[in-house]
Amino acid sequence: MTGFGTLLATLLSHWRRRPWQLLALVVGLAAATALWSGVQALNAQARASYDRAAAVLGGDRFAAITGPGGQAVSVADYAALRRAGWRVSPVLDGSWQAGGDRFRLLGVEPLTLPAGAPGGGRIGTEADLVAFVTPPYRLIGSPETLARLPAGAWATRADPELPPGVLIADIALADRLLARDGRIDRLLVAPEQPGGLPPPDTLTGTGLTLTPPDESSDLAQLTDSFHLNLTAFGFLSFVVGLFIVHSTIGLAFEQRRPMVRTLRALGVGRWRLTGALLAELLVLATVAAALGMALGYGIAGALLPDVAASLRGLYGAELPGELGLRAGWWLTGFAMALAGTLVAALSALWRLHRLPVLAAAQTEAWYGAQLRTLRLQAALAAALALAAAALAWRGEGLGAGFALMAAVMLAAVLALPPVLALVLTLARRRARTPVAEWFVAESRAQIGGVSLALMALLLALSVNIGVGAMVSSFRATFLDWLDQRLAAELYVRGADAGQAAAMTAWLQDRPEVLAVLPIQSVELSRGGYPYFLHGIRDDAMYRESWPLLQAAEAPWDRVADGSGVLVSEQFARAAGLALGDRLTPGGAGPAWTPEVVGIYPDYGNPTGQAITSHARLTARWALPPPTRFAVRLTDGATPQVVAALNQRFALGPEQAVDQAALKAVSRQVFERTFAVTLALNVLTFAVAGLALLISLLTLAGMRLPQLAPLWALGLTRARLARLELVRALLLALVTAALAVPLGVLVAWILLAVVNVEAFGWRIPLRHYPGQWLQLGALAMVTASLAAALPARRLGRTPPALLLRVFSDAR
Amino acid sequence: MRARLLPMLAGVLFAAAAHAQGYAGLGTDAEGYGVVSPDYRLTFPRDHQPHPEFRIEWWYVTANLSGPDGAPLGLQWTLFRQAVRPPGDTDADGWASPQVWMGHAAVTTAREHRVAETFARGGVGQAGVTAGPFEAWIDDWAMTAADDSLDRLRLRARGADFSYDLTLRAEGPLVPQGQDGYSVKSAAGQASHYYSQPFYSARGTVTLDGRGIDVSGRAWLDREWSSQPLTGAQTGWDWFALHLPDGAKLMAYRLRSADGSAYVPGTWIAADGTPTPLADGVLEIEPLAWHRAEGGEIPVRWRVRYPDRGLDLTVAALNPDSFMTTAFPYWEGPVSYTGTHRGEGYLEMTGYRDD
Repeated sequence: MTGFGTLLATLLSHWRRRPWQLLALVVGLAAATALWSGVQALNAQARASYDRAAAVLGGDRFAAITGPGGQAVSVADYAALRRAGWRVSPVLDGSWQAGGDRFRLLGVEPLTLPAGAPGGGRIGTEADLVAFVTPPYRLIGSPETLARLPAGAWATRADPELPPGVLIADIALADRLLARDGRIDRLLVAPEQPGGLPPPDTLTGTGLTLTPPDESSDLAQLTDSFHLNLTAFGFLSFVVGLFIVHSTIGLAFEQRRPMVRTLRALGVGRWRLTGALLAELLVLATVAAALGMALGYGIAGALLPDVAASLRGLYGAELPGELGLRAGWWLTGFAMALAGTLVAALSALWRLHRLPVLAAAQTEAWYGAQLRTLRLQAALAAALALAAAALAWRGEGLGAGFALMAAVMLAAVLALPPVLALVLTLARRRARTPVAEWFVAESRAQIGGVSLALMALLLALSVNIGVGAMVSSFRATFLDWLDQRLAAELYVRGADAGQAAAMTAWLQDRPEVLAVLPIQSVELSRGGYPYFLHGIRDDAMYRESWPLLQAAEAPWDRVADGSGVLVSEQFARAAGLALGDRLTPGGAGPAWTPEVVGIYPDYGNPTGQAITSHARLTARWALPPPTRFAVRLTDGATPQVVAALNQRFALGPEQAVDQAALKAVSRQVFERTFAVTLALNVLTFAVAGLALLISLLTLAGMRLPQLAPLWALGLTRARLARLELVRALLLALVTAALAVPLGVLVAWILLAVVNVEAFGWRIPLRHYPGQWLQLGALAMVTASLAAALPARRLGRTPPALLLRVFSDAR
Repeated sequence: MRARLLPMLAGVLFAAAAHAQGYAGLGTDAEGYGVVSPDYRLTFPRDHQPHPEFRIEWWYVTANLSGPDGAPLGLQWTLFRQAVRPPGDTDADGWASPQVWMGHAAVTTAREHRVAETFARGGVGQAGVTAGPFEAWIDDWAMTAADDSLDRLRLRARGADFSYDLTLRAEGPLVPQGQDGYSVKSAAGQASHYYSQPFYSARGTVTLDGRGIDVSGRAWLDREWSSQPLTGAQTGWDWFALHLPDGAKLMAYRLRSADGSAYVPGTWIAADGTPTPLADGVLEIEPLAWHRAEGGEIPVRWRVRYPDRGLDLTVAALNPDSFMTTAFPYWEGPVSYTGTHRGEGYLEMTGYRDD
């Protein structure tokens, strides 16, 4: 033996003779790495963006003082705290709409802002400060954010460091734009305070509460569920990809047993050989991982706009539009790929390492002796199923939701080979002809070889069914809800209070107008969870069509008389509100603690919502006159009213939006929100199909010794090929049939556990047998494609080759 | 950030000096602010209250005290008001108030000089001056009275490492500075409205690092407001407030110009409170020794001469490092003097920064 190089070259010659296998290995690993690293790139991008936002806005690094239940603080309370020695600074923080776009507007008071506080250090030079605190004031934002503002409407100053979608303004301007009327969202508490200060509440008697730093929910925390979702998908495809790697490596090592035995007989040491095999694997894994990373970067880039849209739609979080490359991402990607390869190769390496020099070549050794394996798998599956049951019963939180999902999937996947074996054992009893009996026995013997591929198929199929059912259920529920929710025929917005009043008067005079209903709200918060309190005018539109999930007696009467409020599902879940609980929205006037008399779905809204009567809202909060209205019209009158409105008031874009257009926009937002999920779903399925194809392709080469005797007994090659095809289809069919109940279970977990935790809403599960059939058919097509190539080859195998099987066996 | 922002704020607060440069001299219409007039007659208690139509205004107390061991100690309590734009141009309520407030407090011993400052926006109650009874405050610093006069005051402030609580008692009348309270700041006519209460006796507690010291002594209050107190060419001032042994007081300042010349007016206040305005040239003030303090090279020994009354004083800082390390840095501290007379007082010096 000359050297390690020669040894490696000898080992590598295997791949030269079997390029398909090499391709399978590289493709499998690249696919596994690609989806995983793609998802990681997206997550890293988002986290970096949140970190940047936190660094600039840094709200959670300071303790904060808020009113009872996270409500606003009055200016009088602020002054009282300052005069008692508390070093606090007022912050307004709200969502502000300008030109049809929403921004996060942060109002700061630069004279008292503690060092390092949100918005601090952003104001610029002395002249900038004067401009900042003096009319017409300045809006500070990143250039992209400022570009979204209506041109020329605001004095601005660009600061590229600011996160997208965030504007910083002097508190006086923010107070006006956010219609706060002196209400302060929170008081930041400077880190250094004089000693002996009395607690805030004893100073004001208004229930002020001090929240220590870090406890307020921030963007990273809020969006964790979304990223966990992505990570789960990435990991799923990583695992599916590793199935491919595992079966390919297993096969390749198995086929090299004679070579290994020869090398050992020639005197190559056991460790040296294992080292060479390991080196070979690492080289292959590195190449494949690099391919996968490049692919993953491409996937992340392609998905980024949708992810950004989802995050904006679901949580109001903003993501920059360009994907950054981070060293950490490369390192973890490669590490994952290498570690995955090693894990996938471990058992094969171990067996080769311990291979006795003089052992006879047994081709079936790799997938034979499976009874023990089957029993072990069945036992593991049962244990996991028990764990899943426990999690479903007792688990809480999103982590438990995903753990439940993982336990269910793993249990199902592990149960697959025993179940298939059981099915085939039952079938064997029914086999009447020798060929049929052979067919069943042969299928059973093959389970070990194809089970990994079938497992991957089962995973991909059930996740597809589950995610498909979730998205479809959601879509159906969402569209129904949209129809009910957007009941008014027309939504109009006045450019200012004057125009709004003129439009209202004009509309009310027209015979085809049934009602003009104001849309107005204030932003409040309860326990740190922000929500908008809307005021509605009592109208049949709400009573008849507003969807309610739960309601007390006569909810609309209670809302109209001010004794009750309706709350959105997200708000109810986040704030732990149930029917009969009381809210303390605050505002001016005597204490007001309306009861929760109804909970309504509010899908896709990142903030909480509650509804009271318009009269109550305007009585307690000094709001400017409403500028937005829902208009109810007689049937078919919408186009002419819109045209007349436009003619009379020369409306700008989006000032009058009809129901259909609004629904279209909502639908579009919805589709974008789930585009990422669906894309990942399809990609995972593709990886699973690939796994099946590669498994069958690699198995085909090993099938010859088993088939040769049958051919010798008189079965034609064509018939043998047909039987092979049928077998593949049968195994795929059973897998697909098992995937349906598993998929429904996955859908249930997604809708009843994961969605509730992640988004705060629960959607009723609907079933889509059409989708099952489609997926089943797709699985069969994949399986038949995967089996067709080997079957075709078998049909054309020269008889001489079949004969050689017998001569070789000697 | 604080290091960057606060100098900016000081710029805003003391914008009067900077902005005046474009006007170079004429104390006329200061961009829509109130204009100081020699015909204006001070009226009390009305003029203890703010004059928001003017650009800048202050309530300024300095005190020469001593502890039980006789060791001298000085303290300062100042509330500045500054309008960042002329009032009345837009809605000026709540956060949109054009008024900005700044508080400075300090305690000075021979070895220590402790400083604190704070800022507030007007219109929200964090800082202000009100009547019925008189109260001037910013955060938990306050100068309060039982009635609308300034005859009996309680004075409180605290910083990170010091605090004080004093009662002041006027032992003499309020004193208008300049011509009936019209105080000229340059040969070109820059002026302010200015009056003082230099006759306070003071008693109370100063707390340093948690250790309370009973103190007593005397204090001096200055009230001044203007829209344009300096010309663009004036680079800073040296202001003296001296308690003379016979109960008389001397207020003098030296407004320095970039060309090296100085404008030196003052007021001689007799023990009964009768003021005699001193025109430029009556007093002679010159620096004797310089000290490298935090903000720059600063004169900490002075010769002050008033030949008409036979006064020739050598004035020395109690603590040469009495530099106010505030956003707008300046030197302010207790002094003692020797020469023809012996006594104490306060000295303020601005415009010695290196930059």
